[in-house]
Amino acid sequence: MTDTPAQQVAAPQRSWYKRNEIAVTPWLFLAPAILFFAFYVIWPIYQSIAISFYDWDGLGEAQYVGMANYVELMDDSAFEVSLWNNLKWLLFYLLAIPGGLFIALFLNQTVTGIRIYKSLFFFPFVLSQVVVGLVFSWFYLPNEGLLNGVLGLVGLGPVNVLGDPTMATYGIIAAGLWPQTAYCMILYLTGLNAVDPEQIEAGRLDNAKGWKMLWYIIIPQLKPATFIAFVVTIIGALRSFDLISIMTNGGPFGQTRVLSFYMFEKALSEYGFRMGYGAAIAVVLFLIMLVFIAYFLWSMWSEEKRR
Amino acid sequence: MFPTPIEKTPRSWQLTYQSLLPLALIMWLLPLIAVAIFSIKPASDFTQGNYWGMPSSFELFANYGQVFFNSDMPRYMLNSVFITVPTVIGAVALSCLAGFALGVYKFKSNIWIFFMFVAGNFVPFQILMVPVRDLTLDMGLYNTKTGLVLFHVAFQTGFCTLFMRNFIRALPYELIEAARVEGIAEWKIFWYVVIPLMKPAIAALSVLIFTFIWNDYFWAVVLTQGPESQPVTAGITSFNAQFRAAYHLMSAGSIVAALPPVLMFFLMQRHFIAGLTLGAVK
Repeated sequence: MTDTPAQQVAAPQRSWYKRNEIAVTPWLFLAPAILFFAFYVIWPIYQSIAISFYDWDGLGEAQYVGMANYVELMDDSAFEVSLWNNLKWLLFYLLAIPGGLFIALFLNQTVTGIRIYKSLFFFPFVLSQVVVGLVFSWFYLPNEGLLNGVLGLVGLGPVNVLGDPTMATYGIIAAGLWPQTAYCMILYLTGLNAVDPEQIEAGRLDNAKGWKMLWYIIIPQLKPATFIAFVVTIIGALRSFDLISIMTNGGPFGQTRVLSFYMFEKALSEYGFRMGYGAAIAVVLFLIMLVFIAYFLWSMWSEEKRR
Repeated sequence: MFPTPIEKTPRSWQLTYQSLLPLALIMWLLPLIAVAIFSIKPASDFTQGNYWGMPSSFELFANYGQVFFNSDMPRYMLNSVFITVPTVIGAVALSCLAGFALGVYKFKSNIWIFFMFVAGNFVPFQILMVPVRDLTLDMGLYNTKTGLVLFHVAFQTGFCTLFMRNFIRALPYELIEAARVEGIAEWKIFWYVVIPLMKPAIAALSVLIFTFIWNDYFWAVVLTQGPESQPVTAGITSFNAQFRAAYHLMSAGSIVAALPPVLMFFLMQRHFIAGLTLGAVK
């Protein structure tokens, strides 16, 4: 194509946007997402931290109290219970990872109908936590529940899982493990699909079998799946709110509270609107999460650098 | 393939495996099967203590009819639709734009902005709760679907951008360079070159976000109250209060509330799983 004189003249006077197109375009594309995200996520984090230094009922004037909310937390036995329960959640929720791997290994076959089995095993993950909570609270019912029906068959006495302060939290975690295990299972099924068959053959030639094969050849290759399983399980454990709210509402005697639930209770429930105190609890939860977030970001960053 | 393919194992284990499969599945879904059976029983079964026996009569239509025509359930379901669908559209649109910017262009703060989205996506909801509730009140959007949608769009943008950016990174960069050499404007590259390639990612994200938002409970409780704007997850608790101890109705209600994401999953299974497991394989 030959340039007409008019185009040659126009070239040096291209618009500012044309000249800076490569530099400006990404910001134009990013603007809406960043604005939304800053407004609804980043700014509120800062605000919550600020509110945690105030005594505020959400309506009237906020009163600056410095560290008083945090000092009060130190002596709050309900806070201590919540913190311990969060730890239990973190620990036992991780069972979803070996559980998911186990089911994935069980289902990683090519018999007829296996696809339907896989999707039905995965199915609990699609249910909302509210429905899972309801289903399990009926499952646990002291007289009518299926659990006690089954226990009765083998001659074990009826247990009131959700009514027992020492058992209730574990009962809720078990309910949470149901969908979470399904999620880990699907991650591992995808991972197993991509395992290098040559390495397995090589392992077989070297007489690696069963556990040895699993531990030394399969699991190392499943590392990306394991990483994602860890991320989603830890986040899920620290976010546990729906199940507790539905199944026990924090009871019996507040023994199933976790930080996320206790915060909600303090800030927004019938026990009064203590926004500042609630925000302080949220900040503690945020700091715990921050440790994990920093670790996740660090792993992602080293991954990026390697590319 | 690991474990050893079943065809290559002894006949005895093959038979055991074949019979173990359905048994394991029934055990796995037992709580759900129980609820499904509850939902077709007549009320009298519960008063007479027949919890686990066969239903004395088949009341599927009566029970579900009650849920659909004699409660606020249809209203809650409709609210859920009006909350979920705009959120999916909004979050996917925003993240297509942002993912394109972060995936294609090299500039200094790129990785930091990306990390901001990732980190924000992991944050506990509770640290946002008080300020977001306040913001929503101040904008006059408390107890409206719009208020809930705006927040969901913003929050889901974090996860969606992570997803989209990684997806775009995996596309062949030469395509974009070739388009640039041809002198095509950047937004046209986005619209005519990248978007068509992103269709599978858009499908996968849409199904995922649909499920996440439909199943949201926390924000529904924090930002709305009452049947005029509450989605079905929050509505089911009021429904249960209305039919206290009527297990047949509560079960039917729960199943109805869970149905849309379940249908979505079974219809769009391939996309759903592709979305969930992105990054699980190198």
